[in-house]
Amino acid sequence: MTASFDPSLDAATRSQLTPRGALAATVLAALAVLPVYAALTGDGFALTLFTRVLILAIGAVSLNLIMGYGGMVSFGHAAYLGIGGYAVGILAKEGVDSGFVQWPAAIAASALYALVVGVLSLRTRGVYFIMITLAFAQMIYYVAIGLDRYGGDDGLTIYRRSQFAGLLDLNNKTLFYYVCFALLLASLYIVSRIVNSRFGLVIRGARSNERRMRAIGFPTFRYKLVCFVIAGAMCGLAGALLANHTNFISPALMHWTRSGDLIVMVVLGGLGSLFGPLIGAVVFLLLEEGLSRLTEYPDLILGPVLLLVAIYAHGGIEGLLEGRRRG
Amino acid sequence: MLYFVEQCLNGVQLGMLLFLLAAGLTLVFGIMDLVNLAHGSLYMLGAYFAATFAVLTGSFVIAIIMAVAASLVAGMVLETVAIRRLYSRNHLDHVLGTFGLLLFFNELVRLIWGPAGMTLSLPPEMLTAVQIIPGVYYPIYRLVIILAALAIAALLYVLVMRTRLGMLIRAGAANRQMVAALGVNIELLYTFVFGLGAALAGFAGVMQAPILTVQIGMGENILILAFVVIIIGGIGSIRGAFVAAVMVGLIDTVGRSFLPDMLHRVLSTNAAATLGPALSSMSIYMLMAAVLVFRPEGLFPVAGR
Amino acid sequence: MKAAAVARPLVEIERLSKRFGGIVPTDAVSLAIEAGELHAVIGPNGAGKTTLISLLAGELSAQGGLIRFDGADITALPVYRRSQLGIARSFQITSLFRDFTALDNVALAVQAHRGHSFRFWRDVRGEYELRKPAFDALVRVGLAERAGMRVDKLSHGEYRLLEIAMALATGPRLLLLDEPMAGLGPEESAAMVQMLRQLKGNLTILLIEHDMQAVFALADRVTVMVYGRVIACGEPAAIRADAAVRRAYLGEE
Repeated sequence: MTASFDPSLDAATRSQLTPRGALAATVLAALAVLPVYAALTGDGFALTLFTRVLILAIGAVSLNLIMGYGGMVSFGHAAYLGIGGYAVGILAKEGVDSGFVQWPAAIAASALYALVVGVLSLRTRGVYFIMITLAFAQMIYYVAIGLDRYGGDDGLTIYRRSQFAGLLDLNNKTLFYYVCFALLLASLYIVSRIVNSRFGLVIRGARSNERRMRAIGFPTFRYKLVCFVIAGAMCGLAGALLANHTNFISPALMHWTRSGDLIVMVVLGGLGSLFGPLIGAVVFLLLEEGLSRLTEYPDLILGPVLLLVAIYAHGGIEGLLEGRRRG
Repeated sequence: MLYFVEQCLNGVQLGMLLFLLAAGLTLVFGIMDLVNLAHGSLYMLGAYFAATFAVLTGSFVIAIIMAVAASLVAGMVLETVAIRRLYSRNHLDHVLGTFGLLLFFNELVRLIWGPAGMTLSLPPEMLTAVQIIPGVYYPIYRLVIILAALAIAALLYVLVMRTRLGMLIRAGAANRQMVAALGVNIELLYTFVFGLGAALAGFAGVMQAPILTVQIGMGENILILAFVVIIIGGIGSIRGAFVAAVMVGLIDTVGRSFLPDMLHRVLSTNAAATLGPALSSMSIYMLMAAVLVFRPEGLFPVAGR
Repeated sequence: MKAAAVARPLVEIERLSKRFGGIVPTDAVSLAIEAGELHAVIGPNGAGKTTLISLLAGELSAQGGLIRFDGADITALPVYRRSQLGIARSFQITSLFRDFTALDNVALAVQAHRGHSFRFWRDVRGEYELRKPAFDALVRVGLAERAGMRVDKLSHGEYRLLEIAMALATGPRLLLLDEPMAGLGPEESAAMVQMLRQLKGNLTILLIEHDMQAVFALADRVTVMVYGRVIACGEPAAIRADAAVRRAYLGEE
């Protein structure tokens, strides 16, 4: 019997509505209407909190690209939040207010740093890679502390948010929220296209079995490097947003424990799933906020929670939903 | 010139502290394959224990002994309660779990001892400077740190190279499964190794307390340096940790002291003022980057890994 | 050995050496593989056969000697470059994506040899130019009906066939097969032999196998290795009759 090529074979692997998909849709819908809720109840704090959630979710989405899909566990990802933020802050201090200059600069600077770190680190793997990215992040942290002109350890206040020639007034909190929301949706969409493209398959294959990938002819290093740069650039944009959000930037943003927070968000949500980092970011930041209202010592609870997740939870929250084991 | 010698000694002293930390870290990673971000917390606990015991007993020496013992116990308890459940998980889970522990301990210390930090004062005789070579004066206490760490390094050497336990440790660093298959009580070995690492970290924390700091989060910064040390030295190798620690200590200290000056001679004042501190803190990482490029397995890699 | 062949051999291995500490799995091995032949390498365990494949594939670097592929010295080339030159190997370890389909896996092998992969947007599953040759490779090994099945649901025998399909999908000139029949039952082995027989001629194959029936059914020439050295090389019948070989290897069975 001769079998003929049936393109609909691929339909089998298309995702259908799953508990995971339903959760993601719910979260996105809730986030979309949050400003309405905030306006109706006058709860400005909720708006501020969730803007932060959106921004850090972008950071988590970018980390998930290299970590969840690419298997590159970077413990230095908060560095890009800092670089992006400082790009905005430094340019603002030097008189360049235009977002049209600041935001591309944030992205470019982050991409450049990611390139350098990637070239030096990606030849290693496993725990070496984790430690090296950690060390490089710490390095840029110290550089920022040494920048006396830009506030050093105390940080730098940004008096004017990024200006967009009157098109967008970022001082309007609701508008700013929706800008962040739109960018989050864009980053999710970009990642979803990347991971199903030729490039994405190479990255995912390299995560699964790099030796095998090279054996079939892929020069994996260059693909991983490009992926690393893309993730850095995306996180740099998140940094620019964060600087606008808080009108402030300081080295503390780049401390390695902030990189740890990002890792937690990605793992909590479920590694290597598209909406996982979003869900992880929401859960983590709400947990953090909730615990700090509950007690003066929130980490006494958060710490052990993380430990328990590390010991028992396979595949984060999404894995729990599906009841299935992930690597 | 004399200043240079003094800075070199300071560099060696920092290197000794780093060695104590790195030795524990590299043993735990080499034998249990565990990445432990909470290692700095044990260092911090050692310092806090010492400061507390010094207040309680009034004696500096007794405080040291008690603090190290307390660190050993704390380490073994931690291993039994929490750490051992992580062994079967992958490195990312180690990072996540020990990160949680790190947060927990920082908060715990804040709860018990308050946010302000503590001080540990030395008996005044310790602070006097002695002349070690003609013209060079160096505080006794810093010499004590160097000598104590060297003594411990020697003891570790004897332990690892000359005892049966040490043989098990070396074998475990090279081939974990084999040691377990030989019927050795692996659980006890692991608890001991972790406790040993904790005691070493605690001792480092104790020794630096009078001259550096006793405060929350003090473990984090030095922990990263310790990781850099074990990457340069080679994971699992104590000898590598020793050599790399001295290198890192020297480069960091001498770099911070002299690099800004050197830059001032070459660059404009403004540039030097900005670049100086930044570059000197970067010098370690540049060394690490160089090692990664030319010899990624470290200077003294453990055979069989 | 063939005398004064018209075309030069596809693979020329000259005094290739590799040592690990005190062990010498490859001791000045010299071997020539003719284009289009199926050349089997046999020998007792520890003879250095898998090391030889790893050296040819580029996963291990030799300490001495050289390897020529189609006349060019490839001794220093990295793995992925050798793959692009047309050397493919099968592995004993599992395929790439356990939760993807067989077709996905093979398509990835095709992708490696169809231009670069710096394409970020288009869904790779919609690329007919990748999917069709992948499907064809599955047909060639007899796995066409399994194309849409997730890899972690395949049987062991099907895994082995998938391995070969992936190697074939790269359009190789030289196929390195490392014990493709390991763990197969009698029916599956027979099917594999059939399939390999059909591949002969179009492709040059270096086969390492313990299954002697398969070896003697398929091989054009056989090389025998013991403790890292070649002790005999020739046509199957000659090897069967060779006294030294019988002593060293076949006699042990």
